[in-house]
Amino acid sequence: MPLNLQYALCGILALLVLGTVFTALKKWLQPGPGDRELWLRMRSWWIMAGLFMLAIAVDRTLSIVFFALVSFLALKEYFSIIPTRRADRRVLFWAYAAIPVQYFWIYDAWFGMFIIFIPVYLFLFIPLKMVIVGETQGFLRAAGTLHWGLMTTVFSLSHAAFLLALPDSGNPAAGSAGLLLFLIFLTQFNDVMQFVWGKLAGRRRVIPKVSPGKTVAGFVGGVATTTLVAWLAAPWLTPLAGWQPIAAGLIIGIGGFVGDVTVSALKRDLGIKDSGSLIPGHGGILDRVDSLTYTAPLFFHFVYYLHY
Amino acid sequence: MRALQAIFFLLIVRPFLALVLGVNLRHAERLPQTGPAILAANHNSHLDTLLLMSLYPLAKLSHVRPVAAADYFLKNPFIAWFALNIMHILPLARRPKPGQPPLAHIEAALAAGDILILFPEGSRGEPEKRSALKSGIAHLMEAAPTVPVIPIYLRGLGKALPKGDWLPIPFFADGWVDEPLVWQGERAATMRALEARFAALESEGGALTWE
Repeated sequence: MPLNLQYALCGILALLVLGTVFTALKKWLQPGPGDRELWLRMRSWWIMAGLFMLAIAVDRTLSIVFFALVSFLALKEYFSIIPTRRADRRVLFWAYAAIPVQYFWIYDAWFGMFIIFIPVYLFLFIPLKMVIVGETQGFLRAAGTLHWGLMTTVFSLSHAAFLLALPDSGNPAAGSAGLLLFLIFLTQFNDVMQFVWGKLAGRRRVIPKVSPGKTVAGFVGGVATTTLVAWLAAPWLTPLAGWQPIAAGLIIGIGGFVGDVTVSALKRDLGIKDSGSLIPGHGGILDRVDSLTYTAPLFFHFVYYLHY
Repeated sequence: MRALQAIFFLLIVRPFLALVLGVNLRHAERLPQTGPAILAANHNSHLDTLLLMSLYPLAKLSHVRPVAAADYFLKNPFIAWFALNIMHILPLARRPKPGQPPLAHIEAALAAGDILILFPEGSRGEPEKRSALKSGIAHLMEAAPTVPVIPIYLRGLGKALPKGDWLPIPFFADGWVDEPLVWQGERAATMRALEARFAALESEGGALTWE
C-alpha cells in the first residue's frame, strides 16, 4: 500500500478517536437527551469507516464487492420505501441482477460498458420486461421510479468503485485507492461539517420547503471547510494540482449538499423521516450515501477528464 | 434431526434472511425466552415462519414449533419430510374428522414447555392484508389459560415472497412484538382482545399496500 494511503488511514482513525472522545466528554460534562443517539451515531461511524478501510486495505476486489453491497442495500431500501406494483416483482428481480453485472464491468475495468450499461441497456431492458408482464396501469410511473432508483443507487454510486479501476500510474501520490479515499472521506466530512456549521451558526434556511434543517451558514461553512481540506489533502492523495483541488472541493461540497437534499425531497414526498433503520443513529443507508450519489459521478468525471 | 435443523438455520435461513430481508424488529426483548408460550403473528408469507424461528438461538430452536396446516404441508412426501424434520412443525388438521381432538398434540407440546408459532389468520391470504382471525387459538388458550400469547405484527414479508410465487425479491421488512395477552375468560372476548391488539400494532406500523 502506498505510504500516503497509510498516513490517510491513520488520520481517519485519529479523527474517529477524536470524535469518540468528544462524544464522551459531551455526555460527561453536558448530559442531555440526545446522548444515546450521539453514541449510536459514533458507533455506526466506527463500523462503517472500519469496514470501508478494511476493504481498501485488503485489496481492490474486496473494495468493489463492498461497494456492490452498498448499492444492493441502497436499492433494496429504495424499493422498500417507494410504492411498487405487485406485477413488477420479476422486473425488480432484474433490477437487482444488474448490480453484480455493473460491478463486474468495474472489476474488468471496461469503461465503455460501465458507462452505458445502466443508462442505455437497463433503461431499454426494464420497460421491455414490464411490457412482457403486461400491466399498463401505472406503467410510466413504475418505469420512471425503477430507473431513477437504478441510476442513483447503482450507476451513480458505482462511479466511486470505478476509481479503483483507473491505472495506478495516473496517481503516483497514492494510487487509485487514494482517489477513492479522497472522495469518500471528503463526502462524509462535508456531511458532518454542513451539520456542525448549521448547528453553530445557522439561521437563514436554504430550501425550507424541502429540508427545513438546512441553513445558509451550514451550507457555506460546510463547502468552505470541505474545500480547504480538499486543498490540503489533494497533494497527498490525488494527482490534482494548482486550481484543481479547489474545484474538487467545491464539486464535493456543493454536490454533496444537492445529493442530500434530493433524498430529503424523496422522503418528504413519501412522508417518511428516515429512509430506513439499517444504521443506528443515522437512519437508513440512503440517508448515509445520499450525498455520494452526486459527488461520486461528478468527482469521477472531473478527475477522469483531467488526468486519465 | 436437531443438528440438521440447526445447520439449515445457521447456514441457509439466517444468511438468506439477512441478505434478502433485513428485518427491523421492535421490542424484540418481549419475545419469551422460555416456554410454554404462543407467538401469534399475522401471516403473509412462508418467510414469516422462517423469520420467527430465526429470532431464537440455535440451542433453543428445537423448542420452537410452528403450528402448520396438515392438508397443505403433508400432502407431498418431500415437503412433509422437510416440514416435520427440519421445520419441526406441529401439523394441524384444519378440518378435523369427528371424534378426533385436533389440538391434543399441540396442547401436549405446550405442556412440555415448547414455544409455539401460530398464525391465527389460518392462511397467508392476500399479501400484506390482514384477514379475520380464526377461533382455533381461543380453543387452545382455553385449554391452557395461563400460557401467554405474544401478538407479533409483521410487515413487508408478503412483498418479498407472497402466496402463489416462488421467487423471493429483496425488501426490507418490519416487525412489532406486543406485550403478552392471556385467556380472557371466554372465547369471544379473547378473540376480540387479540383482534384489537393486531389492529393497534397495524396502526402503529402503518399497513403496506401494493401500488
